[in-house]
Amino acid sequence: MTLSWMAWTWPTAIFFITIFALLIGMGVWEYAVPGGSPRVGILRFETTRGDRLFVSLLGSAFICLFWLGLVGPSLWWALALCLGYALCVFRWV
Amino acid sequence: MTATTYSGTANNLSRAGIRVATAGSGRRRLKRLVPVAYILFLLLPVYWLVSLSLKSNQEILSSFTLWPQNPTLTNFRVIFNDPAWYETYINSMTYVFLNMVISVTIALPAAYAFSRYRFLGDKHLFFWLLTNRMAPPAVFVLPFFQLYSAFGLIDTHIAVAIAHCLFNVPLAVWILEGFMSGVPKEIDETAYIDGYSFPRFFVKIFMPMIASGIGVAAFFCFMFSWVELLIARTLTVTAAKPIAAAMTRTSSATGLDYGVLAAAGVLTIIPGALVIWFVRNYIAKGFALGRV
Amino acid sequence: MEKTWNNKAWFMVLPVLLLVAFSAVIPLMTVVNYSVQDTFGNNEFFWAGTEWFEEVLSSSRFHDALLRTIAFSAIILAIEIPLGILIALTMPRKGWGVPVCLVLMSLPLLIPWNVVGTIWQLFGRTDIGLLGRMLTGLGIDYNYGRNPFDAWATIIVMDVWHWTSLVVLLCYAGLVSIPEAYYQAAKIDGASRWSVFRFIELPKMNRVLQIAILLRFMDSFMIYTEPFVVTGGGPGSATTFLSIDLVKTAVGQFDLGPAAAMSIIYFMIILLLSWVFFTVTTQAGEDRS
Repeated sequence: MTLSWMAWTWPTAIFFITIFALLIGMGVWEYAVPGGSPRVGILRFETTRGDRLFVSLLGSAFICLFWLGLVGPSLWWALALCLGYALCVFRWV
Repeated sequence: MTATTYSGTANNLSRAGIRVATAGSGRRRLKRLVPVAYILFLLLPVYWLVSLSLKSNQEILSSFTLWPQNPTLTNFRVIFNDPAWYETYINSMTYVFLNMVISVTIALPAAYAFSRYRFLGDKHLFFWLLTNRMAPPAVFVLPFFQLYSAFGLIDTHIAVAIAHCLFNVPLAVWILEGFMSGVPKEIDETAYIDGYSFPRFFVKIFMPMIASGIGVAAFFCFMFSWVELLIARTLTVTAAKPIAAAMTRTSSATGLDYGVLAAAGVLTIIPGALVIWFVRNYIAKGFALGRV
Repeated sequence: MEKTWNNKAWFMVLPVLLLVAFSAVIPLMTVVNYSVQDTFGNNEFFWAGTEWFEEVLSSSRFHDALLRTIAFSAIILAIEIPLGILIALTMPRKGWGVPVCLVLMSLPLLIPWNVVGTIWQLFGRTDIGLLGRMLTGLGIDYNYGRNPFDAWATIIVMDVWHWTSLVVLLCYAGLVSIPEAYYQAAKIDGASRWSVFRFIELPKMNRVLQIAILLRFMDSFMIYTEPFVVTGGGPGSATTFLSIDLVKTAVGQFDLGPAAAMSIIYFMIILLLSWVFFTVTTQAGEDRS
């Protein structure tokens, strides 16, 4: 059994390492400060910081898709936009 | 509060209600008609399948008859005499049963944890499990094939059983959690005070209390594993091929053997019908929890 | 129920976590890996970047399949939800009719999906099928294999046949939980049938109805087997829904890259919908309690 069929590449590996690091980081944060600081944001329902992370990640994915579909192949600007979006989500949602 | 005042008035005046009911009997007859018409609509295609399975191929192709003129069991005999057919039937049963056992067994403790405890990331974990119930099998077909090839599990029953766990385990956890939340927590605490260890309490006291929940969960696992074809077909070649895949072969390769095809279809309906009959009293309850 | 905080509960969840991670996370990672590479077989992969995503996002084939899928889901919901409510309202509440109705109505749900396809394929054929024969007998030029409209109609009727029972059973479960006293009180107040429905039955069905709508939406959004068996995505590509297109690309043509990119876009849409579903139902649950 080898892993060659999974066809790992460095960029995707870094992507997944980032995601897992985020998850572990959230776990540690939750362990240190339990409760997830729930609040009702502009979406009019209660969110915890885990929800906010999910909304930012999913939203970022859609931003990147729209960028690829409408603007062009260079994703660096899309990435910057995603970061801005994530900050907004963590601030207001 | 409102319910009690309503029922108080209602009891006093129930006789008036009976009088009103007789006036609306014509409308009631109309009301009966809707479910009857719907059931007829449901049964008509099934009837056609059964009737085709009882006809010979000449009768199907040469003349159009509403019911079999010379009912014959030849088509069924073909299936029961051909290992290529009846083995697929056994294959389907095997992996569905394996899947049912695996799903319910590992879902039980998890559902207990979700229904009794709060823990780090529990809500997100629950959501993540549910997304797998919603995930389109089409997305998983290709990587599943690669994954199970890498483990040398292609064309085994256990491969299909584990693959079907993808959507059945979350479902079983969801259903069982609903039933378990209905059992008061005091039961657990009393048992611990009485000196029961956790495994003994779980098997001896808790499981009998949620027996109907386990039944409903097993029923839905059976249902979704039994009806799924795309993944089952991708992961099997011959040794574990499901009956449903065998049917696609007949319809494409020979293209003519409608009688046998219909007979195979009838045979796939029977286990489902039997299972429904056994759990008929729990179906409504399972749906009432809204956890499908 | 008040739950106690206990992180040891993780050990009970562990088997589920490992199994589902094995069946879900590893395949998804593989899909992401494939989506950025090109392959000519033999496990040799070449970096392709976001090429496949651009190709899929700009291909009219993908747009059409997506639009068809959305249209299909919309039609399915518009038919099955009202029909399901109507049937649930008219179902008997007690007596021998209840188990008979429940068992007969659940029957289509327990038929393997490709057999559902086979049943309708046989039923609709103009030479040996009852439906096809009847329609041609009435002088209607019906042929689901050649006429796109007929193909759509057949698939929609088939889905109504297959899944309306789910809506019926869910609504019925909501309806039987209404105490008889409510109806009697409404009768005494002289409430019309409509206002009984609007103010007593509909609010009680609210939650199950939400679940029914979202489940039906999800499942119709990823429908594969039944239309594939009946029409094979044809005539032409008139009934090629997203799933069918995806499986065609992945397994039929073995184009790993585009198939993987498509899978990811498809999965993102599903993930968004699941999240909305989960949020809506849990929020509704909290509002109620």
